[in-house]
Amino acid sequence: MIQIATVSNDPIHKQPDAAPAGAAKITAQGVNVYYGDKQALKDISIDVPAHQVTALIGPSGCGKSTFLRCINRMNDVIDGCCMEGEIRLDGEDIYARGIDVVHLRARVGMVFQKPNPFPKSIYDNVAYGPKIHGLAASRAEMDEIVLHSLEKAGLIDEVRDRLDAPGTGLSGGQQQRLCIARAIAVEPEVILMDEPCSALDPIATARIEELIDELKQNYTIVMVTHSMQQAARVSQKTAFFHMGELVEQGTTEDIFTRPADDRTKAYITGRIG
Amino acid sequence: MEHEHIVTSFDEELKAIDTTLAEMGGMAEAQLAKAIQALVRRDADLAREVIAEDKRIDQLEAELDHDAIRLIALRQPMAEDLRMVITALKTSANLERIGDYAKNVAKRTITLAEMPTVGSTTHTIERMAVLAQGLVSSVLDAYVRRDVAAADEVRRRDEEVDHLHTSLFRELLTHMMEDPHNITACTHLLFIAKNVERIGDHATNIAEYVHFMVSGEILEDERPKGDKTSQTIVDAPQEKG
Amino acid sequence: MSKAERIKAGLAHRYRAERHFRLYGIGAILLALGFLGVMLTVVIGRGVGVLQQSYIQLTLTVTAEAAETGDWQGLIKTSLREQFPEARKRKDKKQLYGFVSSGAGYALRRQVEQNPDLIGQRRAYWLPVSDDVDMLLKDAIDRSLPESDRRITDQELAWIDTLIESGALELRFNKGFFTSGDSREPELAGILGAAVGSALSLLVCLMLAFPLGVMTAVHLEEFAPKNRWTDLIEVNINNLAAVPSIVFGLLGLAVFLNVFGLPRSAPLVGGMVLALMTLPTIIIASRAALKSVPPSIRQAAMALGASPVQVVLHHILPSAMPGMLTGTIIGMAQALGETAPLLMIGMVAFIVDVPQGILEQATALPVQIFLWADAPERAFGERTAAAILVLLVFLVLMNLTAVILRKRFEQRW
Repeated sequence: MIQIATVSNDPIHKQPDAAPAGAAKITAQGVNVYYGDKQALKDISIDVPAHQVTALIGPSGCGKSTFLRCINRMNDVIDGCCMEGEIRLDGEDIYARGIDVVHLRARVGMVFQKPNPFPKSIYDNVAYGPKIHGLAASRAEMDEIVLHSLEKAGLIDEVRDRLDAPGTGLSGGQQQRLCIARAIAVEPEVILMDEPCSALDPIATARIEELIDELKQNYTIVMVTHSMQQAARVSQKTAFFHMGELVEQGTTEDIFTRPADDRTKAYITGRIG
Repeated sequence: MEHEHIVTSFDEELKAIDTTLAEMGGMAEAQLAKAIQALVRRDADLAREVIAEDKRIDQLEAELDHDAIRLIALRQPMAEDLRMVITALKTSANLERIGDYAKNVAKRTITLAEMPTVGSTTHTIERMAVLAQGLVSSVLDAYVRRDVAAADEVRRRDEEVDHLHTSLFRELLTHMMEDPHNITACTHLLFIAKNVERIGDHATNIAEYVHFMVSGEILEDERPKGDKTSQTIVDAPQEKG
Repeated sequence: MSKAERIKAGLAHRYRAERHFRLYGIGAILLALGFLGVMLTVVIGRGVGVLQQSYIQLTLTVTAEAAETGDWQGLIKTSLREQFPEARKRKDKKQLYGFVSSGAGYALRRQVEQNPDLIGQRRAYWLPVSDDVDMLLKDAIDRSLPESDRRITDQELAWIDTLIESGALELRFNKGFFTSGDSREPELAGILGAAVGSALSLLVCLMLAFPLGVMTAVHLEEFAPKNRWTDLIEVNINNLAAVPSIVFGLLGLAVFLNVFGLPRSAPLVGGMVLALMTLPTIIIASRAALKSVPPSIRQAAMALGASPVQVVLHHILPSAMPGMLTGTIIGMAQALGETAPLLMIGMVAFIVDVPQGILEQATALPVQIFLWADAPERAFGERTAAAILVLLVFLVLMNLTAVILRKRFEQRW
């Protein structure tokens, strides 16, 4: 049995992000994104507060996922995708020359819409990130990271005796929590979530939402969701995207009780806009 | 509402709540009018009618509560829809109270009908009641038209009712001091006046909800108040000779 | 008629159409199986005879002198004369000597070399007979034909019958077919030379084509930008897959032999030519396998901060490997059956020795089949069928390997 060490001053378990809650962790200024001739994002400017959950909502194709993928530069690999403007993480322009994408993605983790565990064992899934980044010096240290991450993702009790079983054999909700464990094993500062619950049943969704609520103490979370109820339940800040524009942003309470823009009103009340 | 919902039955349910509320408002207004009429005419039969009719308002309130809770549970309304449902819930509670006050006026009217009249106080009460009834009617209009300005106006106009109430209070106290035989009737009239004053307050409450429903802002400033009865002292008249 | 009734009325027709369609499918499968059955029956029926070979028992003394001079054939002739003293005429003697294979002397020498104590002893040896006698024993020659239409005269027939009666002529397991190279004499010709030639060529082919093909596919699919040049390359690769194989042979002849001066008829060159031919197949199959890896895996690895090479090596390649292996095995199977390009680079030569390395002269299984099919001797027909069987066994073994490899790769996760 591997003991999980109590959180101490060892580098792995230090608070990954010391920024005070509410201060801007990510700042986007005048972000334009084009896919070939098509403009996907128009002049987006938004602050993402640290240690809060920021929800990006909006109809399909409104650019919310595109914006999310700008934050860890996942759009870089798409042919014909071109980005203008700047996005700053802790004041540092992540699109500046000399910024290493691999390093950026170690700081900004991501969880996808469909649970996508690697076709490997549960252990290897979680250990993969720390392994490629060289975060564990020994097997024992790696064991600790893996167990700790699984614990933080609320999955440890369900998988403790089958860490060697394939990750793809878990249920959908467990797979998604495995993906979250995999993301937090690298101890990122920001976690991006692209509709993390859209493939899950309500119970599994509730567990993920509970997890997100806990995670925001240590991480800054940006989440794209199609479910307004979910955005209302888990986020502190909400931004409404529509046809590539950031129509409205504000505290989640304001957006859902008294939105200012007619397009936001129509969208969240389910009216024909 | 400028746009319709994508789900038409959602619109229909919201509309049903609105309709119930309008009916309740109309009834509350009519009850008040009838109760005052009964008081002025010393008409015990009309008063009994008012008492009987109050049940209908209670029924409507229960109906509206049920519809609103059902809509919240099944539709999860957001933003203006949410505000509208919450406003309807609170407004209906206020209207139900207005109905109760009208009923209370009617009950006291039955008692008063068997006593002698006390000066011109009934007419002052009637003036107050007409004012209060006007507030209720304006605020219901503002609700139906989603009119913030009209709602704010109602909120201001309540002051007049308060002023009338204060002066009526003095008048009744004076009558009581003049002739202790008047005390029973005057006490009843005092309560009736208080009821009418409360109706005005409920109308201003509704005005605040309408303001919230339309603009999304919750009014936090003190509304103008003219009711000074709590500080009123009337000196006993000097004994003649 | 109501809508429900109309739908119901059409149902019978729809189900009938479905049944027919299924029957056509089953029919097609049965037809294909029938053809396969006929082919296998014919080939096995004709080729199975090779498993046995006729041997004659001759009693003789190997003298030290004969062993010294190497006159093994002389010893055999003497023994034959002793057995049939009535053959005195030159023509009769010639017929008599024709009984034994021209390789009988070598067979005798091999036996004596293995056991030198036999020198000086008089004892019986089993030695291979000529193909005509062999065919007669396997009932491939019709005795009822008139003598002039037969390859065996009445005189020979009488002697053979005598030998059979005395038990000095019988069918035994034909080890030689599986252990020796080609020969002008069908009874001595074996398949091993061609099989080893094929195996060596395929090994060279696999060593060249698999890494090259996989690397090409990985680069084109994962790293290369999508522009006009990569489109052009893609079109060319697809076209190459359709180029007749003999063209690759010509290319090999012109480049590998004439320009680079590599040895003619060597499995090295054969393998290189086959690799050229197999490359497009492997590349296309590998690209398809890479494409079928779900993008979610790629994104997951990328989002964790894996570098592009790590994404490919840790996730894409392992996931695509079964598909790539299948493509490779298909390409290899194709290469195994390929004759034309090998003809062009000289692997069609008559080579008796079993090749010991990739630089030695060799031939390949399909070429061997082609050569034997062309030979006039009746006994070669039997060997052609047997060689085809060997080729088929080879193919089945390769496919089996592929299936096993694929299963093991898949089981890892």
